[in-house]
Amino acid sequence: MERIPILKMGSFLLVTIQVDLYDRLALNLESDLINMVSKTGARGVLIDISAVSIVDSFMGRILGNIASMSRIMDAETVVVGMQPAVAITLVELGLTLQGVYTALDVEKGMELLQKKIDLYAPQSEDEEEQSPDDYTD
Amino acid sequence: MITLTKDTMQIVREQDVVPFRNRVREYATKIGMSLVNQTKLITAASELVRNMLKYASGGKVILEIISKNAQSGVRLTFVDEGPGIENVQQAMQDGFSTGKSLGLGLPGARRLVNEFNISSTPGQGTTVTVIHWKHGR
Repeated sequence: MERIPILKMGSFLLVTIQVDLYDRLALNLESDLINMVSKTGARGVLIDISAVSIVDSFMGRILGNIASMSRIMDAETVVVGMQPAVAITLVELGLTLQGVYTALDVEKGMELLQKKIDLYAPQSEDEEEQSPDDYTD
Repeated sequence: MITLTKDTMQIVREQDVVPFRNRVREYATKIGMSLVNQTKLITAASELVRNMLKYASGGKVILEIISKNAQSGVRLTFVDEGPGIENVQQAMQDGFSTGKSLGLGLPGARRLVNEFNISSTPGQGTTVTVIHWKHGR
């Protein structure tokens, strides 16, 4: 069966959707991703939809589902690369992708994920390194 | 109003959705529709064809290129012989769904296209006709 490949990079999972998804493929992606999050302990999921020309309410719901499910599994989701025409259409359709983080491109998406994760990570090491410098001033 | 090109597609499985969307894109490109308008039309078509599969287990779509007052457009007619819709007015409201979906399909599709018409007879089926003009108005 056809599947969308999921790449692991550090503590992130990367998915690039290169084809127009039909329903079965989208549902497979949803369950594959959640399984991968659980198996790898990934802290972030990045979904690149720059090659996707149509996002309808079904596809939008899948993206929302992935984000909510990942959050429950302690991972954040960022959707990147949405085409302007898709964004215009989504809002008019009435789908605002609430609860899904978005970024313009993969680079910005990675930054966003990193920030989200740093936010929750213990900062003790950084503080120790920085404190001597602070005192010299 | 005159019809320039006409074709019919049978929709019986979810795998028919992507080829159908491609066909709609072909028609929209043929009359020089802009990308945003193409995306709106195809997304609306995707919602409607999905409804047809879900509630009536398929049907047929008539695709046409039409011309009126020197403006060209794409007309899609979705015909199914499913259970029909008891209360069309209710079905056209945002967030109403008898299935488990978001209830954006019909009202969302109406917002995305220039002309939208629905008629349904319980027990006999539903026909939805949409028109999107080249310049989106």
